[in-house]
Amino acid sequence: MADLRQIAFYGKGGIGKSTTSQNTLAALADLGQKILIVGCDPKADSTRLILHAKAQDTILSLAADAGSVEDLELEDVMKVGYKGIRCVESGGPEPGVGCAGRGVITSINFLEEEGAYDDMDYVSYDVLGDVVCGGFAMPIRENKAQEIYIVMSGEMMAMYAANNISKGILKYANSGGVRLGGLVCNERQTDKELELAESLASKLNTKLIHFVPRDNVVQHAELRRMTVLEYAPDSKQADEYRQLATKIHANAGNGTIPTPITMDELEDLLMEHGIMKRVDESIVGKTAAELAAEAAMAA
Amino acid sequence: MSLTVEQVKARNQELIKEVLEVYPEKTAKRRAKHLNVYEEGKTDCNVKSNIKSIPGVMTIRGCAYAGSKGVVWGPIKDMIHISHGPVGCGQYSWAARRNYYIGTTGIDTFVTMQFTSDFQEKDIVFGGDKKLEKIMDEIQDLFPLNKGITVQSECPIGLIGDDIEAVSKKKSKEYGGKTIVPVRCEGFRGVSQSLGHHIANDAVRDWVFDKSDDKHPEFVGSPYDVAIIGDYNIGGDAWASRILLEEMGLRVIAQWSGDGSIAELENTPKAKLNVLHCYRSMNYISRHMEEKYGIPWVEYNFFGPSKIEASLREIASHFDDKIKEGAEKVIAKYKPMMQAVIDKYKPRLEGKTVMLFVGGLRPRHVIGAYEDLGMVVVGTGYEFGHNDDYQRTTHYVKDGTLIYDDVTGYEFEKFVEKVQPDLVGSGIKEKYVFQKMGVPFRQMHSWDYSGPYHGYDGFAIFARDMDMAINNPIWGLTKTPWAA
Repeated sequence: MADLRQIAFYGKGGIGKSTTSQNTLAALADLGQKILIVGCDPKADSTRLILHAKAQDTILSLAADAGSVEDLELEDVMKVGYKGIRCVESGGPEPGVGCAGRGVITSINFLEEEGAYDDMDYVSYDVLGDVVCGGFAMPIRENKAQEIYIVMSGEMMAMYAANNISKGILKYANSGGVRLGGLVCNERQTDKELELAESLASKLNTKLIHFVPRDNVVQHAELRRMTVLEYAPDSKQADEYRQLATKIHANAGNGTIPTPITMDELEDLLMEHGIMKRVDESIVGKTAAELAAEAAMAA
Repeated sequence: MSLTVEQVKARNQELIKEVLEVYPEKTAKRRAKHLNVYEEGKTDCNVKSNIKSIPGVMTIRGCAYAGSKGVVWGPIKDMIHISHGPVGCGQYSWAARRNYYIGTTGIDTFVTMQFTSDFQEKDIVFGGDKKLEKIMDEIQDLFPLNKGITVQSECPIGLIGDDIEAVSKKKSKEYGGKTIVPVRCEGFRGVSQSLGHHIANDAVRDWVFDKSDDKHPEFVGSPYDVAIIGDYNIGGDAWASRILLEEMGLRVIAQWSGDGSIAELENTPKAKLNVLHCYRSMNYISRHMEEKYGIPWVEYNFFGPSKIEASLREIASHFDDKIKEGAEKVIAKYKPMMQAVIDKYKPRLEGKTVMLFVGGLRPRHVIGAYEDLGMVVVGTGYEFGHNDDYQRTTHYVKDGTLIYDDVTGYEFEKFVEKVQPDLVGSGIKEKYVFQKMGVPFRQMHSWDYSGPYHGYDGFAIFARDMDMAINNPIWGLTKTPWAA
């Protein structure tokens, strides 16, 4: 058995992390890799394309029913989907109560103790939107994911998020050995998207590992709760995911320690590429009425 | 060998320098502000207080939960206090601080019982509000004679954002307006138990005073109604105090909170005067009652006959001649009894020196009682005092007294080693350290399972206990035989 590769997908909420990760992992499974997906999002939708089913029984909901996580067996929470991919969802509380971060910690500890990672080639963590607290940083701590792949796009907020996640990785990079595997740009068809993504990658001391073009077949597959790899294996898009999977597979040990940039540097980057105009400092904080009055004075 | 005041001051200054030397520079600089030698005539002890303890030192402090559950709310006897969170906080504060009470435990009173929500992992992850509701329902079923419930928050409650206020309101409504008080006394709040007292006081204001219209319209007032505030009835302290107030003609309508009940709390705004013993833990609610209900408050000290005498007169001065005469009668009545105590013990204790380190009001309040026995307090400090405590301390301490705020385990040991007092008065954590050093010790939080120490009755017990500690023949047997 080759060494276990632990990877994680992070990125801004709604960027397509779960879709990208499931398609990529399906492609890795096609390559014969044995894969475990750990969904770390209370919404529990990290594995639905693999399982053809919405939110399975989550570790935390079953643990709550049974009394505690110690009362669970691995079989209770592990489901097998496309090409033998094993899937578990951490789950968590409904929005607004409890501590979802603690839930992630509990779930990952449970999986490790129960030997869920034995005999696997890959463990992939799919983590919600942003690293809001220590719990959601769990997968990037010591002895967890070795490489983080940040899913992003040419939109400003997605780039902000990518930069923030890099900060989180940097924090643990020296103590725990986690590395940034690269950026995955999920095309949104914004201006100069490829160029921007590459620029950001180089600023963060990483590379744009793949640029995934936009294709409606992804949505068609998703409506059927399937990955593109399974729904339309001969499509061009399936091939894109295969390329991404191959690149990730070849990327072992090539991760880097990110060099997150400041807010100003990020804005400079956007301005460099003409995405953002320089802010006229004289108008900051002024209402429309005030500006109109000033214009009238000047006239 | 006795030192002059100037020699004592020089020795103490030197001692402070010496203990600071072992600290890293930054720590030494910070700790230096908490240590001082009192200069006669100053209106402050000139130490910093109520500041975060330094990581790495052994502090003697507690937490906000300890201040609310352990001190202010816990002794209210007919309410059930839920330690809300993981089991440890409730477990280790089980049975309270010997806050004596009258009642049938488990039927109509609950002080020495432990109620906890015993948080598990799933309660953290999914939130504990539903569990809290269930606990309240069970309490209603199992202990139908309870007069109310408080929720004493442990740390996780504040972290996971549980809405204990909503649960309390909902359940109160369900149980026909029962008093249910959510207290946000998470242990990580503030620098010591002191903030817990304040939070608990505020909870009385918001959830007892402001929530209830007059729940006791049958209450008939009198011009002599007073409430005892800040006496926790440790070993029966409040009872030994109450009888003196009653003997002088006052009517005690409430005891806060030792042997206290929710009805007494609710009726307190009808008092004519609040008499405040522990200023530190209950000045907040006293000030509030003064502002809102116009009830004046007066601090008193019932440790030792001299202070009791002064305090009885001070309290009486807020009333008419009948009470003033009553106070004089009480003083006269107990004088021979007190004299007998002093005659018996003073010869055995005269000139003995004491170092104190306790909480609340005691670092200053007990000094008079020692002095009545001819003893001298040579060092004192507060676990969680504020500036106003150190100002009040100046009325008690002598020139050259060593003052140590939030003393660290190391400092206290060094101070005692060098000063060599005849007695140390502090808590259980300190007791064995000093006894092993061969220094007599009394626990001055719990009265070492004795008490009461308040009032005239208490003084007799206090004097006996101090004598027992200091003049115990055991100390003659602790000398190292081969070192002789």
